[in-house]
Amino acid sequence: MVFRQASRLLAGSVRLSRRPFSTATEVPAATTTHTDSGFMESWTKVIPNIDPPKTPSHFMNPRPATPSSIPSKITVNFVLPYASELSTKEVDMVIIPVTTGQMGVLPGHVPTIAELKPGILSVHEGNDVTKYFLSSGFAFIHANSVADVIAVEAVPVDHIDPSLVQKGLTDFTQKLSSATTELDKAEAQIGVDIHSALNAALSG
Amino acid sequence: TVASTSAAVPFWRSAGITYVAYSSVCANLLRNCLKEPHKSEALTREKVHISRSKWADGKPQKPSLRLDTPED
Repeated sequence: MVFRQASRLLAGSVRLSRRPFSTATEVPAATTTHTDSGFMESWTKVIPNIDPPKTPSHFMNPRPATPSSIPSKITVNFVLPYASELSTKEVDMVIIPVTTGQMGVLPGHVPTIAELKPGILSVHEGNDVTKYFLSSGFAFIHANSVADVIAVEAVPVDHIDPSLVQKGLTDFTQKLSSATTELDKAEAQIGVDIHSALNAALSG
Repeated sequence: TVASTSAAVPFWRSAGITYVAYSSVCANLLRNCLKEPHKSEALTREKVHISRSKWADGKPQKPSLRLDTPED
């Protein structure tokens, strides 16, 4: 009887302990105590002899605090599966090629998760601009002005061969017009998209 | 099944390609457009090593399939 009640109480309280993932301003400061006092009370009432279970958030480091004033630079981490291209580099601005267009990220940017499209990532630091062409991936911009860009493949623009890009573009445009199945059309479309992006990157 | 919700899906998803497959196709197409020596260096990153063997009595048998070449 006691155990059935305990599981009902636990099931009822699980919803409450999902607080760390909400957009509420309160952040669990110390991870050693539970933030849910209602759950703690119910637990100690029913099972006083056993320590309460630790939730996943207990083991996580607290989310870095959002600074009260906007920092002067953003910290960029640009990683590939095989290398860390930029690691905690402080820059003035990055322009990230996301599916909805070119996203300019300045310090204090709203937290965002964005899917990347093939295009140029440009990193602006003072008067220097470093450009990389990336194939696809994701960008995470955090509230504390840290931007994590993860891509599968990225190259400096001068590593790209223009003649191969032209050839690829004409090949895939031709494949797209002659494609019959959905799969062929999709593959040809992917080819056209990436080669057009490469073309634009070389000329722009 | 994949596009059964009302959310818009990208063209590759509706054609049956997963994001991982789409992403690796994009990476492969980019690598094929590079100048040498960067191109051959990049293509070595695509190498996939697969060894497949059947198991019997809790022990692996001789591997039947060994791929040491890039996946297409």
